[in-house]
Amino acid sequence: MRYVDEYRDPELAKGVAARIAAEVDAARHYRFMEFCGGHTHAISRYGVEDMLPRNVAMIHGPGCPVCVLPVGRIDDAIRLASDPRVTLCTYADLMRVPASRGASLLKARAAGADIRMVYSTLDALRIAEAEPEREVVFLAIGFETTTPPTALAIKQAKAKALRNFSVFCNHVLTPVAMRAILAGESDEATALDGIVGPAHVSTVIGARPYEFVANEYGKPVVISGFEPLDVMQSILMLVRQINEGRCAVENQYVRAVTHDGNARAQREMDDVFELQESFEWRGLGMVPHSALRLAEAFAAFDAEKRFGIHTVAAADNPACECGAILRGAKKPTDCKLFGTLCSPETPMGSCMVSSEGSCAAHYAYGRFRDRSRARMERAAS
Amino acid sequence: MCLAIPAQVMELLGDGMARIDMGGVSKAISVALVDDVAVGDFVVVHVGYALSRIDADEAERTLALLREAAAMETPS
Ligand code: SF4
Ligand code: SF4
Repeated sequence: MRYVDEYRDPELAKGVAARIAAEVDAARHYRFMEFCGGHTHAISRYGVEDMLPRNVAMIHGPGCPVCVLPVGRIDDAIRLASDPRVTLCTYADLMRVPASRGASLLKARAAGADIRMVYSTLDALRIAEAEPEREVVFLAIGFETTTPPTALAIKQAKAKALRNFSVFCNHVLTPVAMRAILAGESDEATALDGIVGPAHVSTVIGARPYEFVANEYGKPVVISGFEPLDVMQSILMLVRQINEGRCAVENQYVRAVTHDGNARAQREMDDVFELQESFEWRGLGMVPHSALRLAEAFAAFDAEKRFGIHTVAAADNPACECGAILRGAKKPTDCKLFGTLCSPETPMGSCMVSSEGSCAAHYAYGRFRDRSRARMERAAS
Repeated sequence: MCLAIPAQVMELLGDGMARIDMGGVSKAISVALVDDVAVGDFVVVHVGYALSRIDADEAERTLALLREAAAMETPS
């Protein structure tokens, strides 16, 4: 596929890997966080880590709206869907996220709730138009990538005077999450040296919103595409900044991301949404000004108001380490449940649900590598 | 969930919609979020909406930089 295959060329990858190896300073360690699950997925799937020198470590960040959605909000969605008047529409990624007491949207649907998987907000609008007797609620989730599509759907619903359409809003903001991670860094040993910045989030908001990471936290950021060569080039760009003592926001994904992003999409978001005072993130806790809700002018389309939703915080499975993994403090293999009780077929935490979650990515690609590496190390000793 | 796919615009359908080709799969998506989309453009598509246009010159420049990095002599 054009703009995909050329960024997966294995020969070129080997060359770039050699370049990284030649330029890293053997005397130091480089710890880079890839914020997005899309990067986590590419790194695992293409074995990018195996091509990196030993002193370059990749830390998986919280860049996954599915992974960071707290249990309490899924509980809300399930409660909503059990209202016999309601048809709940949602992206497929959310269906298997574990809720309280082993529940999930998938199980709720099997038990009779009207829950439909949609590919797009356009599908949800279509259902609302076709079935005026149903209360169609779109379970909206995502970073700035999926927020403009939700905004447009709400505007369209208003323009069409659709009375049976509403949105349960769980849109969260990337730069705020990044700040929460950086502000929470206390331990020198686990401090990050740089960040591989979001790809598709940045098509919307641009590279500019990450300037605070360089200016206030003194860490370089490279906005990176999701193909393996994109990630490797971004790592090289980070290594160079560090070696040269520079610290700036650079953009590797120039083919799709501009410094200021997509002004039209930003305008749609600003029209329809306003900041929430605080929102709970899995792994990060309550984070001020980190999520959006519908603005007053669109209150009629706000499912929280229409159905009187009051979220009750719910605890994660106590053994699940998703929180620590999302903060970059632990690896999937540090979790006792990994690969035993928790697998993609029976996820216990959200990191195992979507294929770009850290645990799922590691389960699919990384664990074989771990095993063969351990075997090699045993044989050598 | 944030993974998006590059797709080529094949036909403008009016009303902010377009027919695109995604590696052989044809689909109707919204192009309402991207200004002045034209037939032949490549766009980044996520959850049924184009989010940005892919800049062919910049794509080529990125590849040139990658080739240059890969081809550089390893310092000894
Ligand atoms: S796992 Fe999904 S939801 Fe999580 S980062 Fe990835 S893409 Fe986004
Ligand atoms: S392996 Fe499962 S339970 Fe453990 S952290 Fe990952 S998702 Fe959570």
